[in-house]
Amino acid sequence: MSLSAEDMDAIWLTLKLASLVTVLLIIVSTPIAWWLARTRSWLKGPVNAIVAMPLVLPPTVLGFYLLIFLGPQGAMGQFLLSLGLSPLPFSFEGLVVASMLYSLPFVVQPIQNAFAAMGSRPLEAAATLRASPWDAFLHVALPLAKPGYLSAAVLGFAHTVGEFGVVLMIGGNIPNETRVISVQIYDHVEALEYGQAHTLSLLMMVFAFTILALLYSVQKRHNTTTSSSWL
Amino acid sequence: MKNTLSSSLQVRLSLQRAAFSLAVDVQLPNQGVTALFGASGSGKTTLLRCIAGLDSTPEGFIGLNEEVWQNGKRTLPAYKRPIGYVFQEANLFPHLTAQDNLAFAMKRAGPDSEVITYDDVVELLNIKGILSQYPHQLSGGERQRVAMARALLIQPKLLLMDEPLSALDEGLKQDILPYLETLCQRAQIPILYVSHSLDEVIRLADHILVLEQGRVVEQGDTASLLGQLGTSFSKHQDASVVISGVVTQQTPEWGLSWLAFGEDDLNQQTIAFTQGKEQRGDTVSLRIQSRDVSLSLSEQENSSILNRLAGVVDEIETDLSDSSRVMVRLLVAQTPILARITALSAHRLSLKKGQNVIVQIKSAALLR
Repeated sequence: MSLSAEDMDAIWLTLKLASLVTVLLIIVSTPIAWWLARTRSWLKGPVNAIVAMPLVLPPTVLGFYLLIFLGPQGAMGQFLLSLGLSPLPFSFEGLVVASMLYSLPFVVQPIQNAFAAMGSRPLEAAATLRASPWDAFLHVALPLAKPGYLSAAVLGFAHTVGEFGVVLMIGGNIPNETRVISVQIYDHVEALEYGQAHTLSLLMMVFAFTILALLYSVQKRHNTTTSSSWL
Repeated sequence: MKNTLSSSLQVRLSLQRAAFSLAVDVQLPNQGVTALFGASGSGKTTLLRCIAGLDSTPEGFIGLNEEVWQNGKRTLPAYKRPIGYVFQEANLFPHLTAQDNLAFAMKRAGPDSEVITYDDVVELLNIKGILSQYPHQLSGGERQRVAMARALLIQPKLLLMDEPLSALDEGLKQDILPYLETLCQRAQIPILYVSHSLDEVIRLADHILVLEQGRVVEQGDTASLLGQLGTSFSKHQDASVVISGVVTQQTPEWGLSWLAFGEDDLNQQTIAFTQGKEQRGDTVSLRIQSRDVSLSLSEQENSSILNRLAGVVDEIETDLSDSSRVMVRLLVAQTPILARITALSAHRLSLKKGQNVIVQIKSAALLR
């Protein structure tokens, strides 16, 4: 059981993709989660549903629409072409966009739950202490939502590492560009290289177990020290 | 101290919600403690939150001295109002130690005025030993003391307190009340204190505003409001009056002090009470519960009751909810005292306005 150069490339590409997607998603999800946790608008329901859709849709459906939207004939593709850029499908950048959509609920929901759980009381206290909304967000809401951010980062990263269907639809199978671990395993199996498929699959199993075990133990500690003591 | 029209807290608000409406137009003194008193659901917390800017009404006016916080629809956001706010539950930031909770306020305190220094606050509320703790490591009373310190360290021009003791059990309340009393006496700023506890109001407030279903039904300084009939206080089962005067005599061997009170020097009366920390010559207030006051038509020399004062019946109020009892308002040295007696006794003594009686006071408790 050893890893080939192509296996290593796939691992690196996967880690690069998952890290970038996680960082971008944390940034994008924060305002969405904040709005969803605090709004009373009727739009809350529909927006929640849109964010959660990747949870229930087959990845192929998401990939199919992205392919059309981002492709040379699609609206986004046309726009990028008019700027002199190449369309996104079958590129690393395309994979980043697709993965962000695919992993969105896994990042938004833990952050949203953390913001909702703290309620309005800490923010009201901050307001009576002359903290502007931005000040209160940075120095009260963000620190209090830290466990939520931790869950969001872990889940977003792990989920991006584990995606397959969307990658195949929009990324194809280009070495060092879109061939991530899950696709590499698929290739090995297609070529009847079960030994190499085993190695990579086992790696993924260990990764998944480790990261989830870590997450749950950290969450448990937070539950006993901070949230129950909130007064 | 000046107390002109512009130098006070003016509040005019109206608010209509599904099951609740608020319509208030008051001018509150800009010194001392003003209690917002009323049953739960009377709108006192909503009123306080509107003054703080945590809630808003579509129409109204709020101004402190020359500053306008709300005029019509235009409102100043809460974080720009020079207030301190003590919540029902301490509402400390759980991710910060007590010390860092205080630092949060000090960093953002108004630069122009220093109401109280850090050292004074820490000493006043006796929190030096617990500053390194996180909120979840503190008891409810300790948390509330830190919260009061935090609200003072923002150097407010107005301190708002929303039932700061209601989340504490009875023992803790008695522990923290002395701190509150000192705070209220030493603070140089006006305090609005929301409460539904008559006991707290009598001990802390200089002025009282009574709210009922979102309307102001009674308003006045504590002593004169408590001495009136026909108010929500005279109907209260713990109905009391507060009398102030000078300690003229002390008998440590019997553990008693004597207070002289009355309109002028010629027409004064003295009353004995259990000795506390007061000294001769101090001005103190006593609370006399109406149930501890009884009446007789003639002096009874061989009674165990020490305080037997000459008084005049001023007014008699029948209790609509309890026909067996009446409330009698008496004037003793021109000072109102309430006595709750049975209707039968009132009938037997044939009490009527202007009648001279002997007012027997079983006990008087030192307030401050």
